[in-house]
Amino acid sequence: MSRFLALAEAVEEVLRDGDAVAMEGFTHLIPHAAGHEVIRQRRKRLTLIRMTPDLIYDQLIGMGCAEKLIFSWGGNPGVGSLHRLRDAVENGWPQPLALEEHSHAAMANAYEAGAANLPCAVFRGYIGVELPRVNPNIKRITCPFTGEELAAVPALRPDVAVVHAQKADRAANVLFEGIVGVQKQAVLAAKRALVTVEEIVDDFGPRSPNTVILPSWTVSAIACVPGGAHPSYAHGYYKRDNAYYKAWDAIARERDTFLAWMKANVLEKGPEAFAVHARRSQIAAE
Amino acid sequence: MAEAYQPNEMMTIAAARALRNSDVCFVGIGLPSAASNVARLTHAPDITLIYESGTIATKPDVLPLSIGDGELCDTALTTVTVPEMFRYWLQGGRITVGFIGGAQIDRFANLNTTVVGSYDKPKVRLPGGGGAPEIATSCGEIFIIMSQSKRSFVSKLDFITSLGHGEGGDSRARLGLKTKGPTKLVTDLAVFEPDPQTREMTVVSIHPGVTREQIDANTGWPVRYAPSVVETPTPTPQELGVLRDLNARTARAHGEAA
Repeated sequence: MSRFLALAEAVEEVLRDGDAVAMEGFTHLIPHAAGHEVIRQRRKRLTLIRMTPDLIYDQLIGMGCAEKLIFSWGGNPGVGSLHRLRDAVENGWPQPLALEEHSHAAMANAYEAGAANLPCAVFRGYIGVELPRVNPNIKRITCPFTGEELAAVPALRPDVAVVHAQKADRAANVLFEGIVGVQKQAVLAAKRALVTVEEIVDDFGPRSPNTVILPSWTVSAIACVPGGAHPSYAHGYYKRDNAYYKAWDAIARERDTFLAWMKANVLEKGPEAFAVHARRSQIAAE
Repeated sequence: MAEAYQPNEMMTIAAARALRNSDVCFVGIGLPSAASNVARLTHAPDITLIYESGTIATKPDVLPLSIGDGELCDTALTTVTVPEMFRYWLQGGRITVGFIGGAQIDRFANLNTTVVGSYDKPKVRLPGGGGAPEIATSCGEIFIIMSQSKRSFVSKLDFITSLGHGEGGDSRARLGLKTKGPTKLVTDLAVFEPDPQTREMTVVSIHPGVTREQIDANTGWPVRYAPSVVETPTPTPQELGVLRDLNARTARAHGEAA
């Protein structure tokens, strides 16, 4: 049963050194505030899992929180490289980072297999390409009915899933909508789940019966952090801050500017710093 | 008198022309996205554009910076989960054309977006394959759009991220594939199509003002030319207007988000 906690307490309770953590969000609802709290609490030796590691993983990697990354596309979308990820892979700074690299199809299937409590995912993929040569977790399996050779990867079963959603209700159920990515699959595949939300409402009110809702008993802890997905976005609340993504390229390019930025904007700040992003769009909408 | 235009405008417009009104197109971010939306806003108003973030039949007013900008969801017919996108729609065989780019390409249109140098000790760690490995084999056919240079058009890829025509000939068929693979490669200099037998990407159309020497100088392998090479028609004022308006709207929208 999920509990409402302050973000610092929620991270303290749910996430431990050495955990395999999936902070998911397919460009939308990326749990930036939660990621910053993990950095402030100096979590170590994490295995970070994500289809599309972007700025928040660049920050976690650059601050030395991670020893391994399981991923399928690691870049700053539409901008270029993740410089901290590259520095870790190419130069071992601030520490070496092991990679387990997949395709999107493999990761999406592996989360779904995890949510379905299966040991592996089977799909038609990795044909004629080199990733199977460098990733021993990609294997072939023969369909017992047709004889077709298919790709198999292990199910993803994170220790912790961390996601951001639009709303929780008073009974601690969670609602999200828009580009919903693999968040539901990641939460159901994980042992524990931390959800940050834009707001807590008395009742979700009128909605489609097919709205994506995580019942409270599938989530460990909920923290209300308005603006907590910034610079990504929350459908219905605020837009993606594309200018911030572009600005990150220069900030992250050098170690010094990166560390100075992290000190000023993460280490010396708290989750309340995100509220300005939620408020700004409220003002804009008025 | 034709209007003046830039090589990348010619490239985007030539790529847009390759799409048909009836296509269901799986759209990569960047140049493929620009070309696909120019097609939608000119000769292919009914084209179905699909982005891997789950947005189906999306009609963005401005180009997305990322594969999952809110604009894509706001203007989509429906938005599905990412597992559904890859399982039911892509693997399900419901996409007629995948439109992608890459960092490196070889003469058989295999693509590398993984590393420059060795995998274990890369000189440059690129973002990785993302959706491309399965897009390249599951879509009915593949269009590729890339600027040409010796650095990107190489004789041997450092890493095969997604399959084109493999080693040529019947490579794809031998791997059990029934999809066509890359049928068009549009660059800032020319349009390539696979040779019917060898499947090597072969120049079929050269953009106005571009010479064979320029193409050869920007390609890392000896370029083959089709028996009858035509000149790519210059961009029409309508095509240029649509592309420039789209880029201007996009610049305004992304600037305002600051």
